[in-house]
Amino acid sequence: MDHKELEILHLLEGNARLDIETIAKMTEMTIDEVEQIIQKLEDENIILNYSTVIDWSQVRRYEGVTAMIDVKVTPQRGVGFDEVAERIHRFPEVKALYLMSGAYDLSVTIEAGRMTEIARFVSEKLSALDSVISTTTHFQLKTYKHDGVVFGEKREGDKRIVVSP
Amino acid sequence: MESTTGRKQRLSQTVQHIKPSGIRRFFDMASTMEDVISLGVGEPDFVTPWNVREASILSMERGYTAYTANAGMLELRKEIARYLEDRFDTPYNPESEIVVTVGASEAIDIAVRAIVDPGEEVIVVEPSFVSYAPIVSLAGGVPVSVQTKKENGFKLTPAELKEAITPKTKAVIVCFPNNPTGTILEESELLELSAVIKEHDLMVISDEIYAELSYDTKHYSFPKIEGMKDRTILISGFSKAFAMTGWRVGYVCAPEDISAAMLKIHQYTMMCASTLAQFGALEALRDGQDDVKRMVISYRQRRNYMIEAFKEIGLDCHVPGGAFYLFPSIQNTGLNSEEFAEQLLKEEQVAVVPGSVFGEGGEGYVRCSYATSMDSLKTAVSRIERFLSKRKAAQ
Repeated sequence: MDHKELEILHLLEGNARLDIETIAKMTEMTIDEVEQIIQKLEDENIILNYSTVIDWSQVRRYEGVTAMIDVKVTPQRGVGFDEVAERIHRFPEVKALYLMSGAYDLSVTIEAGRMTEIARFVSEKLSALDSVISTTTHFQLKTYKHDGVVFGEKREGDKRIVVSP
Repeated sequence: MESTTGRKQRLSQTVQHIKPSGIRRFFDMASTMEDVISLGVGEPDFVTPWNVREASILSMERGYTAYTANAGMLELRKEIARYLEDRFDTPYNPESEIVVTVGASEAIDIAVRAIVDPGEEVIVVEPSFVSYAPIVSLAGGVPVSVQTKKENGFKLTPAELKEAITPKTKAVIVCFPNNPTGTILEESELLELSAVIKEHDLMVISDEIYAELSYDTKHYSFPKIEGMKDRTILISGFSKAFAMTGWRVGYVCAPEDISAAMLKIHQYTMMCASTLAQFGALEALRDGQDDVKRMVISYRQRRNYMIEAFKEIGLDCHVPGGAFYLFPSIQNTGLNSEEFAEQLLKEEQVAVVPGSVFGEGGEGYVRCSYATSMDSLKTAVSRIERFLSKRKAAQ
């Protein structure tokens, strides 16, 4: 990957709403060049999505729970963890899924409207999978920081004096 | 009741002759207004990286609240020496050639006072940071200004330097990458200037506080030029590169005799730089380069954006190779730089600094700092565009 592609990736990772024209100016490229690079990165499945970080706890009447479930599984001959991982990530309530080193194998992050939905997911869907040996469910109580963004921090504005030498 | 003349007489002649900084007036005006987007700030918009703040807090928790050695903690001076050699290929002896100062500002002061006798001339290359000439005057020296020109990209030429030299000239103060023009000097240009400096047996006070903020080429340091180390007082600090302006910690490097002279002044006036700031600086040098890189990339992107944006709205601007300023010409508006800045502030609530405060060669230009958020820069550009089109319509 060349430095131009990397620079665009870093810019978009920081702010997915940066428009092409601004990116072009910031990187000393032409608009065409930026468009082509972004298209290429999308085609190559390097850029997968443009999402927004939202603090849902600030949204009135929003009731949502997030849980992280540690899952131990029996790896299967030939496919290792991939097959069971695929079976798990197909559930739309699964927001994230990672293969981990250490005491358990898969880390599943799941979001739902109510705690009972998560309970049902764990007992009826996740535990029902043949290769799942055990699950440990942790509920998130509060988000302090997510995707590099600090939550609940008051914007204090610029602390610098207006004009200085 | 005392008479006003009586009041006046109690101030020294020296201080009375020093003009107050032109920036002060602007600050007073801008700070009373609301919704101001400031391109007038001469410091980074980043907060000091957390590891640096944390190291300083830890030093206090552990009780490091006493004085340090006058020249600064030896540990810190060793790190400065290592950093200067690694980054800029300029080795200094931490035991005898480095003094840690209260910001680069103090470094300029003690450098001038260490070498200038009353009546001696010091060439000040302008447009430049506002304190050089007043510091020379306070030391009893005579500041002689040389104005760099836009047609030379605001670079100092050997001819301009030569012309300013008299038998009384002791030293020349230069600052590249430059505040306010963002201009840098390359190796070949430093070589040419060095030849003149050697020929006339002068000293150089080289303020390289913006060295890390060089965007197109690697910074070339004055003392790296052959034969120049012995004639150079190198000034730098942590403010710009490590986003540590409020910490007030910098350093000055010079040959042993000059360092000893500067240390003499420093020990009587400052004792030592703030201990907790020195601990922060130590951490910045040990584990701060990644943050510097990240910040430099961000400045460069904003510089590129602003150059293009100014071009589009018809502001003529040379491409600055360093620092975080653009220095566009506003001559086609028919306004002088102070009028431009004042009217822009009042009508569009955008603060820029009139070029004239940085020396007479800055007249006809304004300094725009792009060390502020992209959102603010975009809004500022559209407000300046509106301001310019009103001026055009009126012409």
